[in-house]
Amino acid sequence: MSTELKTHLSERFSSEILVQTGVLAIKCYQCGKCSAGCPVSGEMDYSPSMVLRMIQTEDAAEKEKLLRSMSIWLCVSCEMCVQRCPMEIDIPRLMDYLRQKSIGEKKQHPKAKKIIAFHRAFLDSINSTGRLYEVGLVVDYKLRSGSYMQDVSVAPKMFMKGKLNLIPEMIKNRRKMSEIFMKTIKK
Amino acid sequence: MRLGYYPGCSLKGGSREYKESVVAMAKAFDIELLEIPDWNCCGATAAHNLNRELSLSLPARILAIAEKEGMQDIVVPCAACYSRLTVTHHELKEDPSLKEKIVSVIGMEYKGNTQVLNIIQFIQKYISDQIEEKTVKPFRHKVACYYGCLLVRPHNILQFDRVEDPQMMDELVKKAGGDPIDWAFKTECCGAGMSVSRTDIVARLSAGIVEDAFDRSAEAIVVACPMCHSNLDMRRKEINKFLKRDIDIPVLYLSQVIGLAVGVNPKDLGLQRHMVEVKLSAKIESAVPANPKPGKVLSTQEEEA
Repeated sequence: MSTELKTHLSERFSSEILVQTGVLAIKCYQCGKCSAGCPVSGEMDYSPSMVLRMIQTEDAAEKEKLLRSMSIWLCVSCEMCVQRCPMEIDIPRLMDYLRQKSIGEKKQHPKAKKIIAFHRAFLDSINSTGRLYEVGLVVDYKLRSGSYMQDVSVAPKMFMKGKLNLIPEMIKNRRKMSEIFMKTIKK
Repeated sequence: MRLGYYPGCSLKGGSREYKESVVAMAKAFDIELLEIPDWNCCGATAAHNLNRELSLSLPARILAIAEKEGMQDIVVPCAACYSRLTVTHHELKEDPSLKEKIVSVIGMEYKGNTQVLNIIQFIQKYISDQIEEKTVKPFRHKVACYYGCLLVRPHNILQFDRVEDPQMMDELVKKAGGDPIDWAFKTECCGAGMSVSRTDIVARLSAGIVEDAFDRSAEAIVVACPMCHSNLDMRRKEINKFLKRDIDIPVLYLSQVIGLAVGVNPKDLGLQRHMVEVKLSAKIESAVPANPKPGKVLSTQEEEA
């Protein structure tokens, strides 16, 4: 293979995805089964099969649109798409990669703010106590997202049913938790 | 008998009735569930959405501790935790260099010889043979067994049941005297982790599930996942608002159905904790008739008395 061709191939977005995730986007032949089965494709700006087509075009503008899309944040990782894909393309794995790249390049869709705020609040809770503290998570999420009044009406009933813990559970080896976070997401 | 078990965060918080019912059900079959010591959260959706290595390291620590404790099987009642633990086990087995990397992150020995069982697999392996003989109050109700996403998908990794029309939960419910219906939403998504950040989506998706179950005359929905439960139960107000209907069929855990059948006290199964009240008419017929006669309506409190 000529050096030019090698360089050309390695600069492709689909090659980058293949190397980083093992997902071969060029296998998609646009049958649309993923988009038909996707529970949230109606809310998405680009349906799962469109996401694959946009990668296949190798067009810089399309790639930019993808990283700034709402679709990657709306994906609920239900795994229906990969289950029904005749080419077994792991779209949820691809979505994880696109999300992480979008954050890395600070290109998150403005409307994804609440979803990302929820994920961050979730991980912060694990980082500090080792387990998810639901009450703390909701309070933290409200502060980050500004949704102060959300679900306020359901809280008293949950409390009466014994579903709210007022004190967080903590694991003993919290140092290990911060080590794991330092070596991965905080690297 | 003693078995290792990973409750996960939901079962310690908002879904404590799932934990109560799993432990009480196991006890009725002389099985003691031992928590994996000092377990941490599996990372759930948040971790794999934001960082792949973190999403593998958190479950890897759990598996490594279970291994150190000599636990060969671990019971993981939460479908989301089950998915994260099983996927991690699989990925580390398939990719030795990835395993090396994750092992260095957690700083623990990890061989990968612990078997992760979801609640259905646990019941199937250790309990199912005895359900019929131990049943004292057959659960004679029409139910919709709802599996959701993470018990069945991705099939190439989980290798669990039929992927589009699973049957294992239906079979277990039958053994407990129940009458599972054929319906269309067995493995559709409820909206999962978007419950707080996009309640509108959860209401729409869960509405389809609840409405189909109700329209096909299910008296209850049976689940095996705390996230499915909280979306179908705790979000019922939003679901009914979306449907412009008032559907009040309760959502029970599989462990509650089997627990009730073998005579465990409803309170010990946490039935009083559901947001949608569990009011099932008591039927005295020996089999479920084609046209069920209206029976006396019992609340959980009355049943207890």
